[in-house]
Amino acid sequence: MHLAYPAVLSALLFCTGLYGVLARRNAILVLMSVELMLNAVNLNLVAFDVWLSKTAEETLHSGQALTLFTIAIAAAEIGIGLAIVLAVHRNRGTADIDKLRDTSERHDPDGPDSDALAAEQSGEAQKAEATA
Amino acid sequence: MTLAATVGILATGPIPITTAAADTHGFLSPTGVEIAFLLVGLVTFGAAIVTVTTRQLVHAALWLVVTLGGLAVEYLLLTAEFIAWVQVLIYVGSVVVLLLFGLMLTRAPIGRSPDADSGNRWAALTVAVASAAALVWVVVDAFRTTWIDLDGPAAGSTEATGASLFQNWVLPFEALSVLLLAALVGAIVLSRKAKAGAATTAESTSAARSEKDPRTEKGSRSEKEGTR
Repeated sequence: MHLAYPAVLSALLFCTGLYGVLARRNAILVLMSVELMLNAVNLNLVAFDVWLSKTAEETLHSGQALTLFTIAIAAAEIGIGLAIVLAVHRNRGTADIDKLRDTSERHDPDGPDSDALAAEQSGEAQKAEATA
Repeated sequence: MTLAATVGILATGPIPITTAAADTHGFLSPTGVEIAFLLVGLVTFGAAIVTVTTRQLVHAALWLVVTLGGLAVEYLLLTAEFIAWVQVLIYVGSVVVLLLFGLMLTRAPIGRSPDADSGNRWAALTVAVASAAALVWVVVDAFRTTWIDLDGPAAGSTEATGASLFQNWVLPFEALSVLLLAALVGAIVLSRKAKAGAATTAESTSAARSEKDPRTEKGSRSEKEGTR
């Protein structure tokens, strides 16, 4: 098999996941796109491992071992990531990453009300954390 | 080092080698495996595109199943059968189930949601298309005359993978089990912080998490009993 087929497919899948990470607004859809990028890397690792194990007679199978480790780490990552998203959704009532702007340096150009609104929101967040 | 050696051989090797390779392999006469890889790859790529562009959140998770299943078939075509079945078990079996749990626990709307894409999607599209063009160009240019030899014994059979994993990669494997335990504990701690309304959340999260890894199932169950 020509090596360009799996390499090109994994490059395309990686860029699809990149678009999803940059363009999606829901945090869980961003996690799905991260999974796509991880899978693209896995395909690359497997293809090059098969090529090297035949061409260079490399018997370490480092590509497949790394693929298994990547899959396990992706499973751990999705568990932790979903727990964080659920905690944020519980405290803020939204999983929309465009609205999580507490550390943003830019002030909203709405006028003086925006500061009061922000203070109120942060007060609510603190109250939610205190009750939690 | 082996990659460098191979590249060096390819670079310093006389031209007749590459022409001989081109004679035996040929660009315009793809083998059956290549045709199957291309067709499944088209399905996989199309499903990935739908996954990142659809406005229905649950449909995105279901198209992700098609993408991951297609990738499992690609692993089978590359003779990596153990990786393929691990992909089916872990990704299709548990990661997608976890994602669906997350979608439902965050009360994702059924049907089209108008704010699935953020405002900077055109910038994202530009970045993605530019990086895809650059990557495909570089990869095709680099590996134009490289073929994978799929004949002979399978490179990724369960026997070969297990032997190399438990001869050469034992220490990373054990470290990974510690990492899985840490992730399990972290997920439970993050989930059980809230009170009444979130008790069901914590329970279902740990239940979904216990499906993920049979090794951690026992710890998760006992932890669940503890929360009760």
